[in-house]
Amino acid sequence: MTIAAADPNRVGDLGRSDARGRGEGGPAPKRVVVAFGFWIFLLSDIVMFSAFFAAYAVLAGQTAGGPSGSQIFDVRGVAVETGCLLASSFACGLASISAGARSRLWFYVAMAVTFILGAAFVGLEVSEFAGLVERGDGPQRSAFLTAFFTVVGCHGLHVSAGLLWLLTMMAQVFAKGFRPDILRRMLCFSLFWHALDIIWVALFTVVYLLGAGA
Amino acid sequence: MLGKLTWSAIPFDQPIPLIAGAVVALVLLGVLVLVVVKGWLPYLWNDWITSVDHKRIGVMYILLAIVMLFRGFIDAVMIRSQQALAFHAPGYLPPEHYDQIFSAHGTIMIFFAGMPLMIGLMNFAVPLQLGVRDVAFPTFNSVGFWLTATGALLVNISLVVGEFARTGWLPYPPLSELRYSPGVGVDYYLWALEISGVGTLMTGINLVATILKMRAPGMSYLRMPMFCWTALASNLLIVAAFPILTATLAMLLLDRYLGFHFFTNTGGGNMMMFMNLIWAWGHPEVYILVLPAFGVFSEVVSTFSSKPLFGYRSMVAATMAICIISFMVWLHHFFTMGAGSDVNAIFGIATMIIAVPTGVKIFNWLFTMYGGRIRFATPMLWAIGFMVTFVVGGMTGVLLAIPPADFVLHNSLFLVAHFHNVIISGVLFGGFAGLSYWFPKAFGFRLHEGWGKAAFWLSLLGFLVVFVPLYGAGLAGMTRRLQHYDVAEWRPWVLWAGVGIVIMTAAAACQVIQLVVSIRRRDELRDLSGDPWDGRSLEWATSSPPPAFNFPVLPDVEDAEAYWGIKLRAQEEAAEPDYQPIEMPRNSPTGVFCAFFATMMGFALIWHIWWLFGLGFVGGYAAFVLCAWRDADEYEIPAEEVARIDRVHRRTRRDALAVGPRP
Repeated sequence: MTIAAADPNRVGDLGRSDARGRGEGGPAPKRVVVAFGFWIFLLSDIVMFSAFFAAYAVLAGQTAGGPSGSQIFDVRGVAVETGCLLASSFACGLASISAGARSRLWFYVAMAVTFILGAAFVGLEVSEFAGLVERGDGPQRSAFLTAFFTVVGCHGLHVSAGLLWLLTMMAQVFAKGFRPDILRRMLCFSLFWHALDIIWVALFTVVYLLGAGA
Repeated sequence: MLGKLTWSAIPFDQPIPLIAGAVVALVLLGVLVLVVVKGWLPYLWNDWITSVDHKRIGVMYILLAIVMLFRGFIDAVMIRSQQALAFHAPGYLPPEHYDQIFSAHGTIMIFFAGMPLMIGLMNFAVPLQLGVRDVAFPTFNSVGFWLTATGALLVNISLVVGEFARTGWLPYPPLSELRYSPGVGVDYYLWALEISGVGTLMTGINLVATILKMRAPGMSYLRMPMFCWTALASNLLIVAAFPILTATLAMLLLDRYLGFHFFTNTGGGNMMMFMNLIWAWGHPEVYILVLPAFGVFSEVVSTFSSKPLFGYRSMVAATMAICIISFMVWLHHFFTMGAGSDVNAIFGIATMIIAVPTGVKIFNWLFTMYGGRIRFATPMLWAIGFMVTFVVGGMTGVLLAIPPADFVLHNSLFLVAHFHNVIISGVLFGGFAGLSYWFPKAFGFRLHEGWGKAAFWLSLLGFLVVFVPLYGAGLAGMTRRLQHYDVAEWRPWVLWAGVGIVIMTAAAACQVIQLVVSIRRRDELRDLSGDPWDGRSLEWATSSPPPAFNFPVLPDVEDAEAYWGIKLRAQEEAAEPDYQPIEMPRNSPTGVFCAFFATMMGFALIWHIWWLFGLGFVGGYAAFVLCAWRDADEYEIPAEEVARIDRVHRRTRRDALAVGPRP
């Protein structure tokens, strides 16, 4: 509890340092509130994805004479994508550790690696999409492709937004250092980045693995 | 350059929207000129528009709700008068205009009147009841409000620039697909709701985090006031349901803008998927609206019966049961889909089961009143009016939950009467109860009782005269959304409903008069004690209106009814506490900037003005990052200042209590 007590950003301090935010002890420290709120946002985001997953499950068989999953999915290419994303998550974890250790150099290095791997993931996905559209198998072709492009593309948009956030985070650390508010944002960013992994694992399984086998 | 936007978008040939739009523009212009001339602009900007104070944001939410309530009510008057005239006749509204009016009526009433009313009350009261200084994320609170305002603005722009959706308050495909609705009406609907939906989600996350992580010392879960419990349930539902709405509307947008095939007739699309997805949000939405109202009634009934709430724990259990079961009944909105008798039976039974916890609540309120010393103030009248009428609405709901009955009655005015019966007597009466209950806390003076009671009785009467006949018309086979009809049997019912809307108009007038009279006579209605109703929860422990920091010292909670306990113990004036400096969040224009660029983006997307969209996107991102860049997001109120403010309040309260007993 000494760490929480030393947090200068906690709200509603009454000098009670133990068990705050557990009901009896008064408001939780700000770091806890922020992380908790962000977790709830992530849950809501996962609910949104689940709507797209449901749509995909309903429409997966509706190929309207167009190609089915097994005809267009290149599982090996997607495995490389997966590798990039999971490795970027590892790098993001290293960035969090560097931030905890207040090491700017290692923070920048780890964040740069995260960015490169994340950008590689987005690049691979864009090239997969571009190839499909070029062959006339774009999202307008059939309900199956509509759902496929949407659920995968929505994840891709999240990763892209995450990349934008990542650069903003690096700039903020560069300009402001490891201040408590910046560290809280970094905590949220890493939660976001890891949550995208979880969604990708579900996507890889439900869309690509099941689809390629069908 | 301007995409699809041309001069033909302005309806010069239709006098009604044009005149209405001109009047609104004139009023807005007049208010703006008044504000600038009187030099109120800095005050408005610094103390309201950029405010991150949960109380002010709550007040702004309610202001938005009241303005939109009038807009939606005018639509209702037009619907009723059109039907009163359109027997063997075309009436005065052409079909394409009438369709926009009933669509706008539903959309505005649910999203921009009901939601802001409830969110405003929660925003205002929850942190006060929990005994804390603000919500978990004050700046996001402001962003959420302004994004909601953006949605309302877009819907109202559609009045004069282009058109609104003609597809009903939920745009069912394939009618809402580009092929059958090629105009911008559905796009206005979709972008307005996508943007305001993000705002609502932010508020939901904010209030969940506030209630679960920020409570005064000693305020364990089972010591929270009932309104906080229902707010928690409502906001959990927002977090779980609004993302589904966002995703569903995004799918329809993709269909319309990029030729996707989610809900189309062609390409393997499945339009029934839309019904399932939209109602997977839509049914929880009903409870998002009504649960906070249940919370208001719990507070009001207990306060004005001068008794603790009967069966507090069963009330908590009932609230959370509704929270969960509300996700398991969505299919009753389309029993006629053809899912088969087994599926329909399951959802019918689930629908009947959800009436049980609601019944528990009704009995708890009745037993709270039983043996109590009841004061029939305006908030209490709304609560009693609710109990009497809501039970009827609930009963017709259970009736409609029986699939064979629903096959006969679906899409009829019986259904329309049912959901207005639950929403008006539940949400609207709850909103008005909460408004008159917390008004003195927000502004430091009570609303005028006489005009409030007149508004209540006229609302109750008008509501009954409108909707009881509509039950009759529905049973006689009249379907909803008819622009004209020629069945003589329906005629008397429709005329009676027309009489009812006149009474409702008188009730609305009473509300306006009440507000004006109360403001003019504010000195005699002043609440100096901070506790005008002899309340039982913590919001009454501070001054009216509360200082920016709510409580000079965070209260120590020792009972389920925190303030009642304090009052019981503190027969003598307690000694001055040890004042400490307080850190408060700094005001921020993030919300209003984000909303500005969101409006720009929404308008650009509706009219396909792509460069404007790009501008809005870059501007919005830049504004957000700039606002995130500031170094100090909190300021400190020194202990002496806190002490000064609290001493003034203590003195006034002591003097007020010494003068005589409370009303």
